[in-house]
Amino acid sequence: MARKRLGVQTVRLESPPLIIGSGSVAGPMEAKGPLGHEYDQTYPDLMIGQKSFEKAERVMMQDACKLALKHARIAGNPPEVDYFLAGDLMNQITSSTFSALPLGVPFLGLYGACSTLGESLSVGAMLIDGGYADRVLCATGSHNKASERQYRYPTEYGGQRKPYAQWTVTGAGALVLAAEGSGPRITHLTTGKVIDMGISDPFDQGAAMAPAAIDTIATHLKDTERAVDYYDLIVTGDLARVGQKLAIQLAAEQNLTLGPQYKDCGVLVFDNKRQDVHAGGSGCGCSAIVTCGHLLKEMARGQIRKLLLVTTGALFSPTTFQQGENIPTIAHAVAIEV
Amino acid sequence: MVKVRQGTSAEQKQRDLYKRIVTKAEGKPPRLRNAAWAFFAGGIVCLIGQAITDFWAWFMDVSTQQAGDPTVATMIFIGALLTGLGVFDNIARRAGMGVGVPVTGFANSMVSSALEFKREGLVYGVGSRMFQLAGSIIVFGVVTAFVVGVVAAVADLFL
Repeated sequence: MARKRLGVQTVRLESPPLIIGSGSVAGPMEAKGPLGHEYDQTYPDLMIGQKSFEKAERVMMQDACKLALKHARIAGNPPEVDYFLAGDLMNQITSSTFSALPLGVPFLGLYGACSTLGESLSVGAMLIDGGYADRVLCATGSHNKASERQYRYPTEYGGQRKPYAQWTVTGAGALVLAAEGSGPRITHLTTGKVIDMGISDPFDQGAAMAPAAIDTIATHLKDTERAVDYYDLIVTGDLARVGQKLAIQLAAEQNLTLGPQYKDCGVLVFDNKRQDVHAGGSGCGCSAIVTCGHLLKEMARGQIRKLLLVTTGALFSPTTFQQGENIPTIAHAVAIEV
Repeated sequence: MVKVRQGTSAEQKQRDLYKRIVTKAEGKPPRLRNAAWAFFAGGIVCLIGQAITDFWAWFMDVSTQQAGDPTVATMIFIGALLTGLGVFDNIARRAGMGVGVPVTGFANSMVSSALEFKREGLVYGVGSRMFQLAGSIIVFGVVTAFVVGVVAAVADLFL
């Protein structure tokens, strides 16, 4: 077995890379949410001075990258990073590719739907620990309206959303990983398998993704021989209310008790009582802004010391669900420790 | 033809079990509240339509039946205007099929598509995507009208 592997799906990073800087930007609705004060930058409207929602999404990712680089004290044009790893929800991940253009650094595009944050951190951490890079910039984001028009209906179309539907977060997050510096460390990675539990309703992503999240969490704990309470916080990406409830149930079936130290970014990002978001938030931006804007700051403040970030993705396209196929899902776990 | 493997029966059993848990966790949509909203919103739309019909019948001095066409046009105009002003989706969020089933819903499906895709240009955007949602309504409306017409014609022959 490879030297740095642990169990069946986990990697133990020998010299754990550090998160030396992060940036988060969020849309107007997220700014009014419970974590609104935590984001580095918020925008008063959804267009962000651009001509299209897609361009707005791109600007958000670029702004998040600039903030992350600034916080990591990385200057220069092009910035002194060895790789830019990014992904988003747009067809052919154009927000990432178009953001990579002005950055002018080697780029690897990733697609993991809403699990992209965990995926980019995993690849980035392995690049650094493997000795292939000193510094890596990871980014992801999503835009509510850009996603709506691509995955669902025109934005002005009048219809009722199902009570378990989720609201795609408008926002982006970026992180700089480095071999040296200061910040929390990425110690372990558990890469998820693609899982299909038979859910085919594209509005039911929380239910589709919950089994993948629990599979990855259970595997991570087994591989690392850790217990649930090893972590101060286990946080899933965007299961939202319905998915979180299911995740707790599924975990219980595997004799894992997910108590108050288990949270979900989709639940944290919006206030369900004040904001009409149904089950909660979703999208690449959901875990990105909660992690970069809130969780990493909580770690810096000493409130969280051991975090297991489990980003979850629904890997479908409008074509696959219109052709009646199920929604395959994935979850990637990243252990971040101070 | 190659038969797609549907997974083992154990897998299927697990999926069925999961689906039951999911249905329970999701809870039921507030059907009664939705129905009440749709009923009253739809009623208001019809009331407005009736007022417009009466207006055209009086204004153009035609029968109520003849006033139907300008009424439909007016309702489509109102639906389109509200969509353009960005209000329609907020109304429909509560009113649901109360504004979706009347011709206002048809107007919204066309105008929202046209608006959405104007950035892709007049030809590839507005022109070709305008009927993305309304296309089905038109196709199945015409097919249904044709079938009903044939049935009516055949019935006429024998009755």
